[in-house]
Amino acid sequence: MRHLDSSANAALLKTIQSEWSGKIIKAEENRNMVVVELDKSQLVALMSYLKEKHSFDMLMDLTAVDFLGKRDARFEMVYMLFATKSLQRIRVKVPLAEGEKVPSLIDIWKGANWPEREVFDLMGIEFENHPLMERLIMPDGYIGNPLRKDFPLKGRGEDYLIESILMPVKQELKVK
Amino acid sequence: MGVEKYLGDSIFATSLSSVANWARKGSLWPYPYGTACCSIEFMSVMCSDFDIARFGAERPSFSPRQADLLMVLGTITYKMAPVLWRVYHTMSEPKWVICVGACASSGGMFDSYAVLQGIDRIIPVDMYVPGCPPRPEMMLDALIKLQQKIQKESLNDPKYQERSDYLQRIFEESDIEVKK
Amino acid sequence: MQENNSEKRAVLKDYSVLRESLADVDVLPEGIMRLNLGPAHPATHGILQNIIDIDGETIVKARPVIGYVHRTFEKLGESYTYNQFLTCVDRMNYVSPPMNNIAWVVAAEEIIKIKAPPRAQVIRTIINELSRISDHIICNGILGVDLGAYTGLLYLFHFREKIYDILEKMTGARLTTTFTRIGGLELDMYPDFVKDVKAFLKEYPKVLKDFNALLIKNRIFIDRTRGIGAISAENAIQWGYTGPNLRAAGVAYDVRKAYPYLVYDQVDFDIPVGVDGSNYDRFLVRIEEMEQSVKIVSQLIDNIPDGPFKKEDYHFSLPPKDEVFSSMEQMIYHFKQVMHGISVPPGEYYSGAEAANGELGFYVVSDGTDKPYRIHVRRPCFWYYQSFPELVEGGLIADAISTMSSLNVIAGELDG
Repeated sequence: MRHLDSSANAALLKTIQSEWSGKIIKAEENRNMVVVELDKSQLVALMSYLKEKHSFDMLMDLTAVDFLGKRDARFEMVYMLFATKSLQRIRVKVPLAEGEKVPSLIDIWKGANWPEREVFDLMGIEFENHPLMERLIMPDGYIGNPLRKDFPLKGRGEDYLIESILMPVKQELKVK
Repeated sequence: MGVEKYLGDSIFATSLSSVANWARKGSLWPYPYGTACCSIEFMSVMCSDFDIARFGAERPSFSPRQADLLMVLGTITYKMAPVLWRVYHTMSEPKWVICVGACASSGGMFDSYAVLQGIDRIIPVDMYVPGCPPRPEMMLDALIKLQQKIQKESLNDPKYQERSDYLQRIFEESDIEVKK
Repeated sequence: MQENNSEKRAVLKDYSVLRESLADVDVLPEGIMRLNLGPAHPATHGILQNIIDIDGETIVKARPVIGYVHRTFEKLGESYTYNQFLTCVDRMNYVSPPMNNIAWVVAAEEIIKIKAPPRAQVIRTIINELSRISDHIICNGILGVDLGAYTGLLYLFHFREKIYDILEKMTGARLTTTFTRIGGLELDMYPDFVKDVKAFLKEYPKVLKDFNALLIKNRIFIDRTRGIGAISAENAIQWGYTGPNLRAAGVAYDVRKAYPYLVYDQVDFDIPVGVDGSNYDRFLVRIEEMEQSVKIVSQLIDNIPDGPFKKEDYHFSLPPKDEVFSSMEQMIYHFKQVMHGISVPPGEYYSGAEAANGELGFYVVSDGTDKPYRIHVRRPCFWYYQSFPELVEGGLIADAISTMSSLNVIAGELDG
């Protein structure tokens, strides 16, 4: 994101690298935003630390990316934090293998409720300690996780959802 | 008006038909079933610049029981389809359907896993209005053409003879006896 | 005379214990009724369903259900090029589509690291602010309609048609404009653009004053909106609010001032901030924002710089058609762009812009080809609609309607 002043980013990067040196995979500055990549076991600790010590009080975005075939860890969770007073942003990434569960951030920020349900619905990644881990956007009886790379854009035949209400198609009579 | 049930199927009414059709076409009260962008264009049609009230569609009703004309405005997804089906079958005869926009007619630009490719897969449609979104004048044109179509209808039309599918199913599932 | 609504609210019962036991029961306790508010409901806000459990007229528990207009924008974006995705972005927030266009183009230009020429930036800013006015007209007008004041909407809609006329003469379409391109605009402004916008700016402040006179000091309106749906600043930040809803709660965050884009660092405007985040404050913040938009446009409309409206670097923008048919290099550029698209450096990037609802952000992961690998849209409505149960539980059904309407939830953006 275009940023007014990049010295704050450099200072933040240095602090994180010194205090969390053994516990994160890497931290770097990428196009005006500090990016931290770490394992899911340290996620809640890092988020609470960023919220309390560096006043990142808003969770701006929460999403997942599917790297099918391109990386060993298939999924990657991406969190974007924002500090309303100092206007600073930071991005935190967590690589995940298929079937792994992620701790939920709902105790730190209430706003993580629906985005985590959306990621569960569309990508199939489960979150622990979430009060209601159910489908949010797709209909209740839906089978599949649409945003994965192996799911085709046109779907796999969704007529089972509306079977009982489809109008009968008129058959054309063939005259011999 | 209910005149159909007195006619049976051996009487053809001509003047009575044209009077009934004139009354029906002149006061089509719409049900704006607005989902997406086309509903914003419908708001323009309802307001003073492109007034729809001068064609008789004075009172947009949001209760299907009190509406004659179902205007489907916007994308219908698989999650929304049962709701639309239920609303259509809750409306009482005579009723007509105008399908506004490319998304409702055929799925529009969203040929994907969640979008129903056309509402004529689930309910019968009388008039299609293409566009993304169509200009307000096109919606008024559709209303005028529908009025011309209604004028040519006959009171012996089979759709007025049989009971709606939804009600039939309700009666079949419960144990209510139907007196014919 | 000046009664405080929150004191009246304290008389209603405390339902917190009952709420816990209503989690997902089929047999409700005595006196509680489960009602379905939507998805096809009278307030023309789109398709939002709320399953509410009520005791008389008081809402004990509310559960929103969304996803009825899921139009799969993120999956579609993986098969469209960066310029083609503009057509998708238009349909998201369908009351102010040019703002979505501009938000996406700003993000795409930052990823590719190019800058549009100054003429294009100024015209984009003018159209951005006019769309913001049209979005706030709908939000405030419909808030009046939901409470019974139909006249205000009809009066303001006539001026929204004038904005539509300007957009139609400029781009060819009223609603789905798609008029920005990566590198500039699609077409230059038409000859009477300055005259039309000035005529609109001359009439509009008086219209806004008349609309205010109908509602701001109206006793019924104040009783029905002041103190209702209130949210504190820390709570709003916890939920992820941005935009007018956050500013009404007291936090002065606006992307136009924090991370200026287009020409917002060269114009002078204020950010209105509310007090307690209630419906009344949100209404006032939007009215004040419309006046600030008029101020921004009147500063810019006389000073549109001359020059090209599209960046002349033909790696990113299509060359003019007469040169395509006469010169060899321009034809090769045109062919390469249409067949192979714009080549974007690999990496990931997040960029946000101030849409009428809040911060509309795009997180793009690119793998070096001309189509994005993954696009995630940070939709402002999604983040603040999840707090809806907290705002309405304990209140009356009529208050829930006015809260839903003043939050400005656009269903196309919420589900997409």
